[in-house]
Formats: sequence, structure tokens, C-alpha cells
Amino acid sequence: MSEHATVAVDTTASLADVAPVRGPRWYAGRDATMIYILLAFLAYAALSIPRFASPVTTGFLLLDVVPTLLIAMPMTLIIVTGEIDLSVASIAGLSSAVLGVAWASGAGIWVSIGLALGVGLLAGIFNGVLIAYVGLPSLAVTIGTLALFRGLALVVIGDNAVANFPKEITALASAKLGTSGIPLVILPVAAVVLVFGLVLHHTAFGRGLYAMGYSKDAAHFVGINVGNSKFWLYVASGLVSAAAGVFWTLRYTSARSDNASGLELTVIAAVLLGGVSIFGGKGSVPGVLAGVLLIGSLNYALRLGRVSDVVLVTVTGLLLIASVIAPSISAAVGRWRHSQRLRRHLAQDQGAEPG
Amino acid sequence: MSTQATQTRPGPAEAGATSRLGALLRLRELPVTVALVALVIVTAAVNPLFLSPQGMKDLMLNATIMMLLAAGQTMVIVTRNIDLSVGSILGLVAFGTGSIFAAAPTMPIWLVLLVGVGFGALLGSLNGLLTVWAKVPSLVITLGTLYVFRGVNNGWAGPRQFFAGDRPEAFGNLSVDTLLGVPIITVLALAVVIVLAVYLAGARSGRDLYAIGSDPEAAKLFGINTSTRVFTAFLVNGALAGLAGVLYASRFNAVGATTGSGLELDVVAAAVVGGVAIFGGSGTVIGAAIGAILLNTITSSLTALRVDKFWQQAIVGVLIITAILIDRLASLRHAKHLREREGRNV
Repeated sequence: MSEHATVAVDTTASLADVAPVRGPRWYAGRDATMIYILLAFLAYAALSIPRFASPVTTGFLLLDVVPTLLIAMPMTLIIVTGEIDLSVASIAGLSSAVLGVAWASGAGIWVSIGLALGVGLLAGIFNGVLIAYVGLPSLAVTIGTLALFRGLALVVIGDNAVANFPKEITALASAKLGTSGIPLVILPVAAVVLVFGLVLHHTAFGRGLYAMGYSKDAAHFVGINVGNSKFWLYVASGLVSAAAGVFWTLRYTSARSDNASGLELTVIAAVLLGGVSIFGGKGSVPGVLAGVLLIGSLNYALRLGRVSDVVLVTVTGLLLIASVIAPSISAAVGRWRHSQRLRRHLAQDQGAEPG
Repeated sequence: MSTQATQTRPGPAEAGATSRLGALLRLRELPVTVALVALVIVTAAVNPLFLSPQGMKDLMLNATIMMLLAAGQTMVIVTRNIDLSVGSILGLVAFGTGSIFAAAPTMPIWLVLLVGVGFGALLGSLNGLLTVWAKVPSLVITLGTLYVFRGVNNGWAGPRQFFAGDRPEAFGNLSVDTLLGVPIITVLALAVVIVLAVYLAGARSGRDLYAIGSDPEAAKLFGINTSTRVFTAFLVNGALAGLAGVLYASRFNAVGATTGSGLELDVVAAAVVGGVAIFGGSGTVIGAAIGAILLNTITSSLTALRVDKFWQQAIVGVLIITAILIDRLASLRHAKHLREREGRNV
């Protein structure tokens, strides 16, 4: 067997002569650029904004980005496949409402949290079935479930708020690791980020998502189960959004039906800023991580610099627009320079010819 | 072969009648219209006050602004684009209207309307320009301008608000006075919707929008200037959002920094309920307007039926999903029908 193989093709000897195939240059890609921008901004803020480089900053900044960061993970995978989920914030609101009502009606806190997560799972399954198996467009479906889940949150809790959660649990939501200022909750969040990163970048399932983003039909023909993949993404999205809702409730010690409303657009803005293409097929978890942290730290820095809260949204919008039109601008500049060079070259040639 | 065909097929007159009925049944606006009529009948049967002149007037007033926005959004969605910034445009223009009246209370109303529409068109053309020129998906661009316009509105308004007392009485009366029982602002909105519907159905450049939405590449090969058309769609949508903003300032008591926030997804929902396909190529302005009326009527209906007000939004959600399901079933049936006809007709 082995003899036959060596006779057929000699795979070991020739490799030494062949120049190694150069992999994608990760340090020059879109994601890496995001990371550089994030680092540059953090360095600038630490040097020029008083009180920015402090444990207090780390603590608040990280606590503020937790819900966005959590939901951004499944959202990244979903957008990479060329779909979208607009119902995430409503799922968070619904899970918050369920948590509050379950706790108020006497269930234990862990049981209530479990129920809240379970409702998120069901919501994800509902989205998943409609999109993956019934074959409806995800944009339209999740606009519908955006209204439906927020409506159910209203049905569950009405316009009441539940606030008397046990102190040890709410303290846990904003507890810090020693004196570093890093919140305890970052540990499970980091685990979630790691899991989604590994799934997207180091499994066959993850590679399949990129393939689906380029072409669903082609992905189907190479043996990827498009329906199942989509289904599980929406289930994951439901579960993670519910977890974000639970965190939101405990951090602000308030279960209300309008918790986290409008968060879906913030999350999508962060994901797109992180270099994920809305058409699917492009993007990475490290890039999204940088995008979420960039928006978070920018907002925090502006707030420290006494820039009014309301201007912050403008910055988010401008960043988003800049991030998508930057490639077009650089392409236009490249074309212009190319034609300039060509023109100069031709002029020189013409100058040389008559002589 | 030919004799068999004449035997099995109905005569020409009969065929015309059935196909006309078939066409009516296949209308994309049919489900939403039936739903609206059923809703109104049921509600009126339970609570006759629902169809009283005052009740009707409230219904129309509530639907006016959403109707305009949904009509404009349809134009954009038909070209396989989307404009998420309409809520922010409406907010900016509404606040601008308040500012104009605060600065120049004697300015004629038609001029204010014109300024509002122009301001909206300017903001819309910015969306169009970025989408067409930078060739990036409109979802991303308009998500960005949603935040930018809102931020500008926030910065401009700050904590300030303009109230009903700050505007001339005649302007507020636009949403009080009626013409044949229909509020003036609703008449205005209906006129705009009808003009837009006729344009999209009849004009060459209107039909082009559908061609672009069905297949952008094919439309380009066919010689349609897709960039100009898409740009125009965004511009008109912005103008309509601007008009809606001025009317908003007339209809509602206060305009401030957060006016119109969160409207964008409601508008898209109204269009979808009205049978506008989210990926472009089909749907009408009339359908979208009816969708907007339906979504607004549900809220009043449920109140009239004494359904717990907390159920309203959930029911709106169910309605949107039902509309998409119906659309899907219809398109599946249509595809099957086409396949069968192709198989038969060689």
C-alpha cells in the first residue's frame, strides 16, 4: 500500500524545492486594521484624556459593552452566512421580563434565570424554523419577531418593573476581579467569544458558514446542510440574546419590557464596523471584538471628555459609514494614481519616439 | 392535438373572465385589504363607536404619517434597497419645522411644507449618493445615517422641545380641519400616495425601478441607468419622510430630540405587510399604504374591542409573519404553476 503510494507520486521530496504557499497576510487585513485603530485609539485616550487609564474605566467600559459583545458573537456568524437577526434585542427584553415575573412570583433566582434562558432558546428555535426550514427571508421574519417578542415581553410583565432581586446575585453582575477593575462577568463572556471564534475559524461548520455567505447553492452542492446550519445559528442567537437580557436585568437591577430596546442596530453597527460584510462570506471574530471595543471605548472617552451623550450616536454613524466607504475611496485613489502613471508613461514614450 | 386543446380550454370570453378573477385573486394587496376590511367590520360590529365620524377621523390621522413613510419606503425596497434612516429624517424635519415657526411665525404654511420636503430630499439624496457612488449596501449606509441624523437632531435640539403653542394655529388646524370628513393632512398624504402609485405603475422610469429590483445586472444590460434611478428613489423617499416630518409637527403636540426614533422598522413592517417583497422587484405603494393603515388600525381596534393593550404589539408581530408566510405560499404556487405550464406548453 505504502509502496504503491510512493511510486504513484513522490509527495515528500519535491516539497523542499517548492516555495512555501503564502497564507493570507493576517496582519494586513481588514480585521487587523480594526485592531490597530482600536490600539491607537486606546493609546491616544490613555495619554491625552485624564482619568481614562484607570481601573474604574476598565470596569465601566467592559460592563457597558457586555450585552453588545455577547450578542455580536452569534450576529457575526449569522451575517457571515448572509442572513441577519433583528429580533435579538426583543429576545433580551423578553428574557428580562420572564426573569422578573418568575422571580416576583416566588421561583428561585436560578430557576428564574433558567426560565429566561429557556424562553430565549424557544425564541431562537421559532426564528430558526421559519428561516431555515420554511425558507422565509430572515430580514422580514426578524422584523416580525422583533415586534412579536417585544410584544410578548409586554404581555408577560406589562408596564411593571421588578427590581427586588437578591443582592448577592446583582452584586455578582458588577463584581470586579480583585483591584484590576476587570469585571467578573468578563470571564464567561470571554468564554462565549472564544467558543464562537473557535467555531467560526477552526471547524468545518464555521468554514461552511463562509461558503454559505458566498453562495447558498454552491454550499449545498458541496455537501453543507444549509438549513441545519442556519437553524442552529438562530438557536444560538436566541440563547445568547437571552443571556444578555439576564445580564442587563441583573446589572441595572430592573426587569422591564423595554430593556435593551434598540440594541439590535447597535450590535449590527458594531459587527459591520468590525469588518463583516453585510453580503456574507467575509469577517472574523477578532475584527468584531475590536469593533465592539472601539465603539465602547470611544463612547466612554467622549463621555469622560464631557462630550454630551447625544453626540455619541453621530460618531457611531460616521464610523460605520467611513468603514464601508473607505475601501471605495482607496480603490478610487488607486485607479486615479494608476491612470496618472499611465499617462506620464505614455507621454514619455511619445517624447522618445519622434527622435 | 389542436382539437383536444379547444375541447379542454374554455372559450375566449370565459377565459377572459376567469383570468380577470384570477388576476384579482393573485393581487399582492388582496390579503392585506381583506384583513383590513375584516378587522374594521368585526370591530364596528362589536363597538359601533369605532366607525363614528370622530373614530374614522382618528383612524385616518393616526395612519397618515406611516402611510407616507411606507409609500416612500416601497419605492426604495422595490429597487432591492432599504432606507433605515427615515425615522431620523422625520425627526430632523419635524424639529426643523418647529424651529422655523419659532423664528418666523408668519411664514406661509405652503413655504414651510416646501422647505420641509426640500430638507428631507436633501437628507435622502445623501443616502442615495452614498449608496450609489460608494457602491455599498444601503442597509449599512442608512444604518449609519440613522445615527448621524439622529445625533445632529440631538445636538441641535438638546433638551429643547417645541409645543403646539409655538406654532401658528392655522398650521395645527391642518390636522383638525376636514375635507369631506377626511383630515387635510390625510388628503395631502393620499394625493401623494396616488401620484406615486400612478408613477410606479405607468411611467417608464417607474417601471425601471421594478426591473432593477428583479435583477440589477439584467437591468443594467438592458440599458437602464440604475444609479440615477436608485438615487432618485432615495431622494423621493427622503422628500416623503420630510413631508411626513412637517405633518408630524402639525399633528402631534411636541417635537424634540427623539421625535420619530424607532419608526424605521415599523415602516418596513408596514410595507412588508402590504405585500412588498423585501428583496425587491414586486409590491405596490397602495399595498404599503394599506399595510400602514392596517397596522395603525389594529392598535385602535384592539382598544375598541377592549383587548388588553399589552397584546397589541405581539399581534402586530404575528400579522407581519403571517403576511410573509402568505407571500411565500403564493410565490411557491406561482412557481409551480409556471413549471407546469412550461411542461405542458412545448
